[in-house]
Amino acid sequence: MRAFFAILKRDLTLGLRQGGGAGAALAFILSVLVLVPLALGPDQNLLRKLAPGIMWLSLLLAVLLTAERVFQQDYEDGTLDGLVGIHLPLELVCLAKALAHWLSVGLPLAIMAPLFGILININTGDIPLLILAMVLGSLALSLLASIGGAITAGLRRGGLLVALLILPLYVPVLVFGLSATLAESGPSGSGSSLIVLAAITLVSIVIQPWGAAAALRAYLR
Amino acid sequence: MVDNIWLEDLSFAIMNLIANALGCERNGRVVFSNVSFTLRPGQCADLRGPNGAGKSSLLRLIAGLVPAAAGDVRYGDEENIPAQLHLIAHQDAMKAAMTVAENLSFWAAVMGGSNIGAALAAFRLEGLRDDPVQLLSAGQRRRLTLSRLFLAPRPLWLLDEPMTALDATSQEVLRQHIRDHLKAGGLVLTATHDDLGVTPDQTIMLGAA
Repeated sequence: MRAFFAILKRDLTLGLRQGGGAGAALAFILSVLVLVPLALGPDQNLLRKLAPGIMWLSLLLAVLLTAERVFQQDYEDGTLDGLVGIHLPLELVCLAKALAHWLSVGLPLAIMAPLFGILININTGDIPLLILAMVLGSLALSLLASIGGAITAGLRRGGLLVALLILPLYVPVLVFGLSATLAESGPSGSGSSLIVLAAITLVSIVIQPWGAAAALRAYLR
Repeated sequence: MVDNIWLEDLSFAIMNLIANALGCERNGRVVFSNVSFTLRPGQCADLRGPNGAGKSSLLRLIAGLVPAAAGDVRYGDEENIPAQLHLIAHQDAMKAAMTVAENLSFWAAVMGGSNIGAALAAFRLEGLRDDPVQLLSAGQRRRLTLSRLFLAPRPLWLLDEPMTALDATSQEVLRQHIRDHLKAGGLVLTATHDDLGVTPDQTIMLGAA
């Protein structure tokens, strides 16, 4: 377990020092939110209606943007070689790295991004619910993204490939995340959607270690 | 083990590293085949062969990072060979944005070692402990990589060109460490073109590719 926390701590330290993680992703979301009203026109009601969908879409793409970096650096500098044959199974190594990705990118985005929703006239009463759903959903997004990151660890420009591989897996998160935050679904509707979203996240926690570790093992061949 | 009674202070279990008709393929191309050797405690073996003969591949194969296309490699009755060895390869596995001490603490935690003091002292890195790795010179980085050997005591050292970028003083330090390790009953397998300071007990020739 000591190795698990050592990996977590190291990746969080690197996320803070190297930049390009949460900061870049947040800047991406911000630029989307600035451009959307210009693209759609100044119709306040239309923006308010589309706001939750735009928020979810930009979160999804922002997490994808950082996905290829989860394992790439460790693969290139030989760290991954050193993580084979330690007392921690490779599956848990992968889980530690995905959790670090969530803590350094997904979680800050989920908390900060909804506040910028004001730029697209989001219903301010929806913001707490949006934050809650995004915190839950972003964990699933980070876990799934890290599977894609593991598959493309050894590829130079793997970003686009990650997107193609992982986008289908993002669809359920998008669908239930959105229905949990849509105003018209009402309090009861968002409750059940939140539960499904939580279930998707739990399934991702179970699947991610095996998926990512299997992908990394293939690279060691 | 009669021939090993001269070992002065044994720190490791007496087990042989036995490679049996090893073969390796990368991308469908045969890198080497039918490599067999037995390395006993306190012995040093040198891998020889032209560039591309598979010296690094053989070390990675023993370290469990490349699967054997044929044959097998055993270290006594040990199941988990990777946990018994240190592989020093070309990549340094150190993060440029973290300090020397942070990098070593990370690897100590991962390898189940405890004391980074010994590792820092082994290659005189105490003065650099709080410097970020990106500020180190190539030779200092190499010393940092080599200091991983002392994070956790492991019997089997696989050294791939360990002398690269080291100055004369550090090369001598490494030679002394290798002699001490062999005296303690360790096993050393190297691929190097430099003087190791010890006469290899055997030379493993890998054919021209």
